[in-house]
Amino acid sequence: MINIESVRADFPILHQKSYHRSIVYLDNAATTQKPQQVIDTTSEFYAKYNSNIHRGVHFLSEKMTEAYESARKTVKQFINAKHSHEVVFTSGTTESINLLAFSFGEAFIHEGDEIVVSEMEHHSNIVPWQMLCERKNAKLKVLPIKFSGELNLIALSSIITDKTKLIAISHISNSLGTINPIKEIIDYAHARNIPVMIDGAQGIQHQMVDVQQLDCDFYVFSGHKIYGPTGIGILYGKEKWLEKLPPYKGGGDMIKTVTFEKTIYNDLPFKFEAGTTNFIGAVGLASALKYLEDKNRNHLLAYEEELYHYALNKIQAIEGIRIIGTAEKRASIISFLLGNIHPFDCGMMLDKMDIAVRTGNHCTQPLMKFFGIDGTVRASFSFYNTKEEVDYLVESLEKVKKLFA
Amino acid sequence: MKSIEELQNEIVEEFEAFGDWMEKYNYIIELAKTLPPFKEEYRTKEHLIQGCQSQVWLGAEYLDGKLYFYADSDAIITKGIIALLLRVLSGQSPNDILNTELWFVDKIGLASHLSPTRSNGLVSMIKQIKMYALAYKTKYNL
Repeated sequence: MINIESVRADFPILHQKSYHRSIVYLDNAATTQKPQQVIDTTSEFYAKYNSNIHRGVHFLSEKMTEAYESARKTVKQFINAKHSHEVVFTSGTTESINLLAFSFGEAFIHEGDEIVVSEMEHHSNIVPWQMLCERKNAKLKVLPIKFSGELNLIALSSIITDKTKLIAISHISNSLGTINPIKEIIDYAHARNIPVMIDGAQGIQHQMVDVQQLDCDFYVFSGHKIYGPTGIGILYGKEKWLEKLPPYKGGGDMIKTVTFEKTIYNDLPFKFEAGTTNFIGAVGLASALKYLEDKNRNHLLAYEEELYHYALNKIQAIEGIRIIGTAEKRASIISFLLGNIHPFDCGMMLDKMDIAVRTGNHCTQPLMKFFGIDGTVRASFSFYNTKEEVDYLVESLEKVKKLFA
Repeated sequence: MKSIEELQNEIVEEFEAFGDWMEKYNYIIELAKTLPPFKEEYRTKEHLIQGCQSQVWLGAEYLDGKLYFYADSDAIITKGIIALLLRVLSGQSPNDILNTELWFVDKIGLASHLSPTRSNGLVSMIKQIKMYALAYKTKYNL
């Protein structure tokens, strides 16, 4: 069991007043709040160790480089990668996918090839592949979903052909909370020699991720969605793949030797980390991962799940509510519509009652089109949320209903 | 016809009566219902101002030196604020519209609705109103 009050005490922002009371933060799928430990680590490193990595011979540079590489090890352990050099620091999920779309595309995608995404993907896991397909005259194919908000796995056999070169699919839907059966998809794809990239932007926050057990070829996520700083993210890739991919950006630190005739690229993972990286962000991310482990992540996730079921039951019971996405396996993300009230109107009024939710299409326009709606109200929960907050949300939704009646 | 200044003052006075946000937004929701009926001929792609959060349709008509606007939105709060904006701007001359600063929005505590970060279509709508005013000013050499 976790002591929720002591956990909440670690997050200073939760005790800040917004309009009338301390904020009820239910926008955790967009970004998570930071524990004091992460804030302290970040400022400590700026105060004591700031220095460019891999370049200096001096004391500070060595300290900072050590901390950066140790952060890489922490991430490696967190996702159980086989090697540290399979962990590439990027600026976030979006950059990780763009990097992969470029580099994988350069190496392996040719005219007529096919890339498969699903209908529930975030725009970040659609647009980079679309751009690649345009560049290479390849084809983007879409795995359809069912009205429950689950992937239509039966369609896999018709969507995947001998031209399929990559499957890029989300671990958990940011709009619906659906937990996808990624292991099943990975095994299916591997039986046909097709690599799989998992968009873990949401997955990393709600699931224990073991990339070796999953056997995924690539797994990408952002630091800020797992209680770390913004501007830092991860591209995990199996060594055998990363070695075959050309660099995405050229610049400092990604090279071994440069002449005007030819440049020899650096080894993994530095080949993909051109320029000055967000090294303090990396250390902050490691601090967030350590925080989760210190608190016993299993307990945190168990509480989060319990809170989610409590919230789902309460919200479902509101008259006139329509939950969008009813998959059997869902993470703590609840998308809904309240009667005929426009999501924007609902979100605006909840804001006035100090509740932070997200409204709109959640960067998943094709998914909204599938459901025939313009958007939803999305409440997403973390382990620092409480049952009292859920009760307050439900009371507030009743008030919103009255306002627009 | 009251001047834009008079209308802005009038709205500020109305809003001074409200004690809390509930009353204020209740009024905005009521205002949404008072918005003059939308001319359906303007519910087209060309007249759609797409915000990320809510959508706004806007049409303009020029008559005897004045510009008249017709607008609608899919969100009620947005619609209520449109009602306020049109009360001030619809029926005014293109020159007056162009020279106006909409200070009342800030005074009644709704400025956040019109900040560029709120992608509800309202900022683009005001820009579009000014564009219409400029177009007619140029066309009729006002």
